Amino acid sequence: MADLVSHPDEVKVVSKRFGLGATEIDRYLELDGYKAVRKALGMAPESIIAEVKDSGLRGRGGAGFNTGLKWSFVPKQSPKPKYILCNGDESEPGTCKDRLIFEHDPHSVIEGVTIAGLAVGAHVGYIYIRGEYRYLSEIMQKAIRQAYARGFLGKNILGSGFDFDVYWHGGAGAYEVGEESALMESLEGKRGIPRIRPPFPAVVGLWGGPTVINNAETLASVPHILLGGAEWYAKLGTPKNGGTRLFCLSGRLNRPGVYELPMGYNLKKMIYDVGGGMAQGHTLKAVVPGGSSTPLLTREEIDVPMDFDSLMKVGSMLGSGGVVIVDDSACMVKFALRIMSFYQHESCGWCIPCREGTDWLKKTLTRFHSGGGVRKDIDDLQYLSENMLGRTFCPLGDAAAMPTISIVKKFRKEFEDHLDGKPCPLEKAEAIERSPVMA
Amino acid sequence: MADVNLTIDGKKVTAPAGTLLIEAAKSAGIEVPSFCYYPNLSLQGACRMCLVKIEKMPKLQTACTTVISEGMMVTTDSDEVRQARKGMIELLLGNHPLDCPVCDAGGECELQDMTFSYGAAESRFIDVKNHRDEQQWSPVVYFDRPRCILCYRCVRVCGEGMDVWALGVQHRGVSSTIVPNQEDHLECEECGMCIDICPVGALTSGAYRYKTRPWEMKHVGTTCTHCADGCKTTLGVRRCSTGTELVRGDNRDKSGINGDFLCIKGRYGFDFAHHEDRLHQPLIRRNGRLTPCTWEEAFQLTGERLRQIRDREGGDAIAVIGSTRTTNEENYLLQKFARTVLGTNHIDHHRTADYPALVAALAGHPKLTASMRELFEAPAMLLIGNDPTRQHPLLAWQIRNNVRLHRARLYLVNAQPIKLRRQASSFFAIPAGREAEVAAFLAGQDSAVAAIASETSPEAWIRWRDQLRREPKLVVMFGSEIRGDAVASLIKFAADLPEAKLICLGDYANSRGAADMGLYPDLLPGYHPVTEVGEFHKDWGGVPEKPGLSLRQMAEHAQAGKLKALYVVGANPVEELGLDPFVFSQSFVVVEDLFLTETAAIADVVLPAANAYEKSGTFTNTCGDLQLVKKAGEVTGTKSDFEIIVRIADAMGVAVRKLVPFGRGSRADMGQSRGAQSGEADRHSVWLEARGLEPKMSPFDPMAILDEIQRLVPGYDVSRLHLLAGMDQHTSLSGSGPGTKHDPSAIMPARDDLFSSGTLGRYCRTLNAVLENGHKLAAEEEVAAE
Amino acid sequence: MRFSEPFEQRFQEMASHYPTRRSLLVPTLLYAQDEVGFLSDEVVAEIARRVELTELEVRNVISYYSMLTTQPRGKYNVQVCTNIACLLMGGEEILDRCRLKLGIREKETTPDGLFSLEEVECMGACCWAPAVQVNYDFHEHLTPQKMDQILDQYTKKGTERRR
Repeated sequence: MADLVSHPDEVKVVSKRFGLGATEIDRYLELDGYKAVRKALGMAPESIIAEVKDSGLRGRGGAGFNTGLKWSFVPKQSPKPKYILCNGDESEPGTCKDRLIFEHDPHSVIEGVTIAGLAVGAHVGYIYIRGEYRYLSEIMQKAIRQAYARGFLGKNILGSGFDFDVYWHGGAGAYEVGEESALMESLEGKRGIPRIRPPFPAVVGLWGGPTVINNAETLASVPHILLGGAEWYAKLGTPKNGGTRLFCLSGRLNRPGVYELPMGYNLKKMIYDVGGGMAQGHTLKAVVPGGSSTPLLTREEIDVPMDFDSLMKVGSMLGSGGVVIVDDSACMVKFALRIMSFYQHESCGWCIPCREGTDWLKKTLTRFHSGGGVRKDIDDLQYLSENMLGRTFCPLGDAAAMPTISIVKKFRKEFEDHLDGKPCPLEKAEAIERSPVMA
Repeated sequence: MADVNLTIDGKKVTAPAGTLLIEAAKSAGIEVPSFCYYPNLSLQGACRMCLVKIEKMPKLQTACTTVISEGMMVTTDSDEVRQARKGMIELLLGNHPLDCPVCDAGGECELQDMTFSYGAAESRFIDVKNHRDEQQWSPVVYFDRPRCILCYRCVRVCGEGMDVWALGVQHRGVSSTIVPNQEDHLECEECGMCIDICPVGALTSGAYRYKTRPWEMKHVGTTCTHCADGCKTTLGVRRCSTGTELVRGDNRDKSGINGDFLCIKGRYGFDFAHHEDRLHQPLIRRNGRLTPCTWEEAFQLTGERLRQIRDREGGDAIAVIGSTRTTNEENYLLQKFARTVLGTNHIDHHRTADYPALVAALAGHPKLTASMRELFEAPAMLLIGNDPTRQHPLLAWQIRNNVRLHRARLYLVNAQPIKLRRQASSFFAIPAGREAEVAAFLAGQDSAVAAIASETSPEAWIRWRDQLRREPKLVVMFGSEIRGDAVASLIKFAADLPEAKLICLGDYANSRGAADMGLYPDLLPGYHPVTEVGEFHKDWGGVPEKPGLSLRQMAEHAQAGKLKALYVVGANPVEELGLDPFVFSQSFVVVEDLFLTETAAIADVVLPAANAYEKSGTFTNTCGDLQLVKKAGEVTGTKSDFEIIVRIADAMGVAVRKLVPFGRGSRADMGQSRGAQSGEADRHSVWLEARGLEPKMSPFDPMAILDEIQRLVPGYDVSRLHLLAGMDQHTSLSGSGPGTKHDPSAIMPARDDLFSSGTLGRYCRTLNAVLENGHKLAAEEEVAAE
Repeated sequence: MRFSEPFEQRFQEMASHYPTRRSLLVPTLLYAQDEVGFLSDEVVAEIARRVELTELEVRNVISYYSMLTTQPRGKYNVQVCTNIACLLMGGEEILDRCRLKLGIREKETTPDGLFSLEEVECMGACCWAPAVQVNYDFHEHLTPQKMDQILDQYTKKGTERRR
């Protein structure tokens, strides 16, 4: 079970029940649990959507789309059943926040899913939890059972006349399934290949029905917004970037961990105050601001507010909240290679640029890192990544291309040093093909 | 649907709402490249080759998944788009083995073409390409993973198109691979559609691989010689020591009624042409043994004997059995020869469907037959009996895809749970042999329901019939289970519907043609009774007016010692119809065939014939669609049945021009008057040769007979231009003679399935290899189960 | 083909959660694998029957998900994360240590059938890196020495049970 950390700058909203035993429904109820559902039952669906929209809550999975707006796309009338789908397939390297939500506050997710159901007129919700998180799916199953037993789920919840069912669903190891349409495919028992869009899930989703699909943290934030009000939540953050979010600080810091900080919190402060600064003997080289798919920031670029728009301005992305601190011991070639190995391994293989591009880039980086590079490889890495960018079937291709482009651009010197035979700062050069090229 | 206006590359384009951008561009003559997009298969958006710039969209968009909208501004040819295409090709070639020099697809590979058009000349890739060994999935399907570009066309055509679902995709990322349903091998219909649709050389054919280079072949689009559906098959031919060799069959020419479709027989069932048992020399029985002789000897002997018998015993002593695989021209010529030269009406063929009953019942409702193309567009279909998936693969394809693409309703009635029930909106099981009662019930005879309502209640049958009666456009298909009066019942039912059309299912490539051309003892071409004096009698100067003997009666006639001569053209009644060979021991038997069949074995003269892939003419499929048969191959020592009949007639001393009106109506000077040096005659014959046609000045020109057919056979007066251009022409039965009611037991279905094809099938190496492999696998499975 | 009672119960319960049988596939495969050790031909056939799919379709799905395997594995599947956060904190050293200690490489199984080794992608333990999962149990803040101890504990556990 993951350790919890704390810092005075934290504003605990989603994490406020962490460590307080809220997995048990009685304790959860003591801690204002299921009050938001009660409140939502008394509200018109449009008001719920308006409240969420006004709160400035943006998708915590990485894309950062306004949640209320997303809900408003669901047609009121639909011949097919509507669904709420909670994306708990947390797999973006550097990200480990949903894990804590499921572990410490599973009922808040159930509550968020239920409110979303009320808002769009759905009667079934699924909570998809990645297969590796077996212990969390057990916690979630227990929480769902308790919620049914207390009448928060099932027929006629809280005597309101509203029926709502929530089920859990487990994955079996696939990063790509975190993409919303691939997640639906996976839930339908298929290979996790994304779907052609449009139509978007809000119109044609699970089994063809209109579907709201949100990240676990997003949905867990919803009950707090309904209770505290849109204005309160919005003001916690910066304009258009409402509320707080869970930042996962990892790397060679003195105090790594998951911290809930207001949107727009300064990255430099996050590293040096909240995270306790670099561990002894290490200096900062670069930062992955929002999971492995986001372009890296150099040491010089870290004085930036951590919200969606500010990071966009400096050419990166807020992503999933996975802040990975790269220290001076890291070889950036190796780092780029590891990122590319990941995407090569996780590419679903559907489209040419992602399937072939990640493989080619991985091969080039492998050879380059092991000392077999040639000067034109550096430009080719850039060229190939750019050929993938914006041209793949789903965002995975971009996710692989963006960090690579930023690393090659910002740390070109390290690539050139490799060519010049300078020792790799991380380890001796070795070429180990860690995953088979063709299974 | 309403039209939408958009601009593509500055060109104003209008297309119906709902059109895909890639199709709208195509309609404006703008090519947007793609690998994974394939018309009528589900959309993939996987190859990213069709990326185009659409104004107001930040990223390039796939033209194959974008539906056009009003005012859309599209650019398909900009630096950005060109770079995207080039980038895709470059990425593909990273792992694609550049073994084009030995790849079967080399020269007709979409990846090669795309690289040429859009790709980059230089290669950046210097790492080791991923490799995996080639796999053999069946006797005819090989898979080379490294060449595969994962366009998923094969998976889709097999699943969506064929409803076989034998191919899947496994693993992910760069390890993704197409897999067969049995882990290391395929269990499927072996239609080979996956091979044909593969844009590269990843899927190759066991029957063709490493045999030749595509550009060494001439490609001849002709009509398949197997079942009665009439698919266009493209034969790849190449010169060889014994003539012209057929190297490959596929559906490269997609203009046929079959479009993308071809079954195992249409694709691989040409290899009988080069079977080692093929006859190359005429045989004459000498001292009880069939001995090779010259063509002259054979013709002389045959002509002499037939003339003697006719002159001494009369035409009544001679019988003729025609073929269901010879051309219309040959069939027409054969019966004309029988009637006018041999003076007999004893002519018949292997009947597999009751076309005369259809004609008889259609009287007064002449336009009630549907073409194979119409079937694909029909909003509703009713099928009684038959199992098209096995017996009429193209018909099954049309039905399936009509349901899939047009949401057509399919009503099925069958004694067996046939596979098409998966597409059916209703499937009614009936007791075996009760198809006629279904027809009677449809015609309004309510009492018939008792015989058919075993699994479905009488009420449900009545509701079903009411629903059918409300169908605005219905195509009714029926197999040989429906004969005689039952056919009449169905037509009675259909005639009361707003617009119903029929398809009567026969079994062989030209079964319908044989019927239309009058290979009946009592019917002339166009179903005119021999007893009625009409056009034919006038034109031919007399026809025996007494109906002749049917096949079975011929045997009785022979047994009684009254049949002195039997002339069999392209048929094997001894094997196929169980005729007792010994009854013919007193008759002079002449057989024309490709092989020494059971029937040829009892002959006094055996004449080696060319097959349908080695001659020109026309076939009529079971729907009545007339199509061109083009000469593709050539085997030394054989002659077309057409030429053989003419030569026999000549040997009998007949003025051949009376039989074949060659030269009539076309007296153009082809250079003869100016001498051969002018070269015009040569050029003309080169032109004719290239189109598989014979010079019109020859008595062996089937087109001369086609003139007569078009003139005299009702319904065959179709556009000659379109016919020669390779297009199918539906022949209407309107204007036909009255038809007749035959003894229903004279119909003997072929009982062929996907992998068999009558006598001919026995000589198809590939079909047999597939069959044997199936038996081997089944045996292995049995052993494993034990 | 028989599964345990809890498996059957869960299967029954889950079957009521979805409008299609097919949706049961992915979680059911994982639970079946946990019981049998791997997805044998027999398991594939049984599950295909239960969810009304062809075996081909089931295999297509199995091969997509990295946790599912059709090959037998050790009793304890040691999954070492070497993704970026773990990489920075010494994940590869942990992997090297496991190789050395177990005497196998990735995707291999020790001769006694106790351990298999796998290099895996991010498992959501970035803040507590480097991390390893043995079957479903997380082990975090690892050092090579700690890794040794953990493997020793599993060896003990595995051999004791066997006795």
